[in-house]
Amino acid sequence: MPLVVEKIENGTVIDHIPAGMGLKVLEILKIDRNYGARVALMMNVPSKKVGKKDIVKVEGKSLDEKAVNKIALVAPNATLNIIKNSNVVEKKIVQLPKELRGAFKCPNPDCVTNLEPIETLFRMEKPEERRLRCGFCETMFEAKELIS
Amino acid sequence: MELVKDLISIRDLEKKHIDLILKKSSEMEQALKEGKQLNSLKGEVVATLFFEPSTRTRLSFQTAAMRLGAKVLSFESIGASSIVKGETFSDTIRMVDGYANLIIVRHAKEGSARYAAQLAEHPVINGGDGGNQHPTQTLLDLYTIKRAKKKIGGLNVTLLGDLKHARTMRSLLYGLSMYGANTTLVAPKGLEMNREVISEARERFGAKVEEKSKMDLTDADVLYLCRVQKERFSDQYEAEKVQKEFRITEDSIKGVKDDLIIMHPLPKVDEVAPEVDKSKYAYYYEQAKMGIPVRMAIMDAMVV
Ligand SMILES: [Zn+2]
Repeated sequence: MPLVVEKIENGTVIDHIPAGMGLKVLEILKIDRNYGARVALMMNVPSKKVGKKDIVKVEGKSLDEKAVNKIALVAPNATLNIIKNSNVVEKKIVQLPKELRGAFKCPNPDCVTNLEPIETLFRMEKPEERRLRCGFCETMFEAKELIS
Repeated sequence: MELVKDLISIRDLEKKHIDLILKKSSEMEQALKEGKQLNSLKGEVVATLFFEPSTRTRLSFQTAAMRLGAKVLSFESIGASSIVKGETFSDTIRMVDGYANLIIVRHAKEGSARYAAQLAEHPVINGGDGGNQHPTQTLLDLYTIKRAKKKIGGLNVTLLGDLKHARTMRSLLYGLSMYGANTTLVAPKGLEMNREVISEARERFGAKVEEKSKMDLTDADVLYLCRVQKERFSDQYEAEKVQKEFRITEDSIKGVKDDLIIMHPLPKVDEVAPEVDKSKYAYYYEQAKMGIPVRMAIMDAMVV
């Protein structure tokens, strides 16, 4: 039986998130128990294309570029539906960013970006493996190391 | 530099940049030999900011700057991380940027020189940023090899020791690969070179890199050593066994090529037997001397 989730009026629906990554997406959007508006997280929704997927619906939130870039790292095939007055006004497919500024802390404790408040920079060096290099300490990381 | 503003990482350089430095280094060496006083940095102020002590490297930079006619501002921290207690790294860089025309930075944090270059209007040279990069060392290594062998491409170069922790080795592999040398990596188990670094050399330059667990120097043109530190092992018996195995003695250089050169970034402790120091293969003292002309060449290229 399909799960019925209320529609949102204004906000964003993030679809085609790999199963299990929905919670991570909420974390990226900084949505926790203190978020006042409606939020729906559907996990393990059957999908023709990928078997199972997660979907996140958030009322009252439009995503900036930084957030979209971060989501692309955990959900490279995600689609964003921007909802206004209960209608989808825009559909976007996320794209793996070439570089990420100020999005993550560098996991290397010896990196200078952990010494002073410096805007971090990661460059996508191997997009197919989602591996990024810190623009300061030059260490390579897997996307999941940056997100956790 | 003609083409790059700062010298932070070997990764920022293309072969043409390195070619330029190597050529200039040879001119500088010649000028030094002839006792010429050079003035290309006359009226300029060079600052050497060593937040992490390394007297050897600092003196080399300072000598090179003075040989080009520059005045030198210098500071070397002994333990503390700032000149004035509580002053941040960024404030120190900004302040010195107001005094000097060229800044040399050494700091234990990785990426510190890159950050300094972001803050300063004047060119910045990385004098070593923790475990990450030490580009002037790599350039002097390449110059030393080129000088001794007249070429780099096609040479058989063996890198031996703790290849995991030595930043010298990582950058050198990168530089050697750029020139098409054949590199053999020999490291104790657990201290092998990072896979990432090897695959980068292969993918970016099509480098020939081989990994071996035992030392075999029969075909080597260059042997580059670095220290295997006891502290890297939890088992002291194992540490001593490995140190002994990786020590270069008279026996290890039996049957090597007649013109093999042995290099080492110095200071060394006991990784080379005294008999080897005295042999014709020992090239590390020669290599150390190259620090001056190569750093002169770099500074000369940076301040335009
Ligand atoms: Zn970093």
